[in-house]
Amino acid sequence: MKKFLSAILFAPILAFAAGAELHLDRAPDRANDMAGLQNGAKIFVNYCLNCHSASYMRYNRLKDIGLSDVQVKDNLLFTAEKVGEPMKIAMQRADAKVWFGAAPPDLTVIARARASEFGSGADWLYTYLRTFYRDENRPTGWNNVVFENVGMPHVLWELQGDQVMGADHKLKLVKAGKLKPQEFDAMVGDLVGYLKYMGEPMAEFRKQLGVIVLIFLAVFFVFAYALKREYWKDIH
Amino acid sequence: MSKVNAILQGTLNWVDERFPLTSNWKAHLSEYYAPKNFNFWYFFGSLAMLVLVLQIVTGILLTMHFKPDASLNASGVPVAFASVEYIMRDVPWGWMIRYMHSTGASAFFVVVYMHMFRGMLYGSYRKPRELIWIFGMIIFLCLMAEAFFGYLLPWGQMSFWGAQVIVNLFSAIPLIGPDLSLWLRGDYVVGDATLNRFFAFHVIAVPMVLLGLVAAHIIALHEVGSNNPDGVEIKKKKDANGIPLDGIPFHPYYSVKDIVGVIVFLMVFSIVVFFMPEFGGYFLEYNNFFPADPLVTPPHIAPVWYFTPYYSILRAVTYPLFGIDAKFWGVVAMGASTLIIALLPWLDRSPVKSIRYRGPLYKGFLAAFIISFFILGYLGMLGPTPMRTIVAQICSVIYFAFFLLMPIYSSLDKCQPEPDRVTSK
Repeated sequence: MKKFLSAILFAPILAFAAGAELHLDRAPDRANDMAGLQNGAKIFVNYCLNCHSASYMRYNRLKDIGLSDVQVKDNLLFTAEKVGEPMKIAMQRADAKVWFGAAPPDLTVIARARASEFGSGADWLYTYLRTFYRDENRPTGWNNVVFENVGMPHVLWELQGDQVMGADHKLKLVKAGKLKPQEFDAMVGDLVGYLKYMGEPMAEFRKQLGVIVLIFLAVFFVFAYALKREYWKDIH
Repeated sequence: MSKVNAILQGTLNWVDERFPLTSNWKAHLSEYYAPKNFNFWYFFGSLAMLVLVLQIVTGILLTMHFKPDASLNASGVPVAFASVEYIMRDVPWGWMIRYMHSTGASAFFVVVYMHMFRGMLYGSYRKPRELIWIFGMIIFLCLMAEAFFGYLLPWGQMSFWGAQVIVNLFSAIPLIGPDLSLWLRGDYVVGDATLNRFFAFHVIAVPMVLLGLVAAHIIALHEVGSNNPDGVEIKKKKDANGIPLDGIPFHPYYSVKDIVGVIVFLMVFSIVVFFMPEFGGYFLEYNNFFPADPLVTPPHIAPVWYFTPYYSILRAVTYPLFGIDAKFWGVVAMGASTLIIALLPWLDRSPVKSIRYRGPLYKGFLAAFIISFFILGYLGMLGPTPMRTIVAQICSVIYFAFFLLMPIYSSLDKCQPEPDRVTSK
């Protein structure tokens, strides 16, 4: 009986181990790095917000990461007129579909959607944005390690340079870009940090509030338990 | 002061002459005698009530901003999906209400599963509480319907494809199946018509039925009185005033005790809501942050964790019978796996109610049942492989054997004698 039980207990674990692995690099944590998040916002607006919208994110929400309305207006407001507007784009979805094969998805919550058992959504994005390589068989001339045959070209190509896929299935930088590899990784880290923030702008406040709620409940518990003890002391 | 009291008493008398307020207060609270030996497992009934209220209150607030509309907005996002993100970002405190509601759905199943397991541990379904159990089982089925309808509303990929898979199950029914699933969806695929009718069911139809059933569940309970961890009837031993010797008034004793349980529950609930609202992808599935797309089938469609044991049983049936597709028999097995729990009062032939006095046979079967239930739940979250299907088939057999063999093993079991009175600890 015991052998049988352990057999049915362990069988699913063994079965699970057989699944395909996706190796993801760990994205750096930028949750409390305001300068990094602001840099990420700048990169997002400059490089992403032409094809991708972030249509649930309002520009003036960026005050969360320390940017005033005036700063937003002067530096980031390319696709809208007022800071209260969401981050929309001018490109028509029907056109985009013709040009790229699929309309570029809205990126507001992409960092939440890309999470999986292999890593957080930020890890996926951090790996994805750094693993484009040259592939002459693709219409854009680019392919990607974590998103095979992706329709998106390597937008950050000038900064990273050209990578090719070696025979050993490892990426090699064959032509340097404007940034050194460490600088490029840090920049993508900022961008991914921003995407993670944008996916759930209230995340940091939520955790701070959670601590206060738990302290309140702990105090409430002491009184409630004392009341219960008082009522129950004559029940045996 | 005495004047204030006189006014209050006068008001109460005025009400009592027109509505049975005081008598109901006594019958259900201050003079409802509950056994004094309730343990940990007895918190989950009141907690289920609490979660029901939480879901209704947060749900009402969510409906004020949610839009059950599958059409695409200017950015190409379905309006329903975008309205959820609007709640998360632009509605003051909307994120907290939404996380409370999404966590509350899972919390509801946690407390209800614990509550049902309590009933199985202490034989709470046995005579004279069969009807309480039946009402409870219908509540459980309604809860599953409520969760299923609600899960479509955010209109993400998992919402869409989960609903697609479940509604398609009905098409396995011979003859009427395809027309039935078409009628349920209101369209050839899950679409705007489906979203609107699921919204109607989720916010009004099912909650109304649920509230009525909860009232029936409690009225039936208060008619016969609560069971307890010893499984003995406290009403058999009464004092000169007709009050059970082992009974204590629900209020204030259990009201103050349940407050402690409520706070501990709220602490666990808050840890999820404030620190891990997705709960590792189990409460809010990651893929559901992609808007529903009828043209992109996700590689792996899994229901939310509380449905996975039954989903595993559905997939475990792989043999066609009587010339009818295996899928149909899978649906039958899945339906049977939820309905068979309702038959417990008539399957159990043990002379005792509580696990404390039952013999090794029942304990062994119960342990095997619980282990199978967990394994089935785990397998239901994964894609099928031949190995997993065999494990799921073994566990499904154990699941049904627990119920179908119960008349035999529960009467053969070597039980210990029950005490006359309840025992403390």
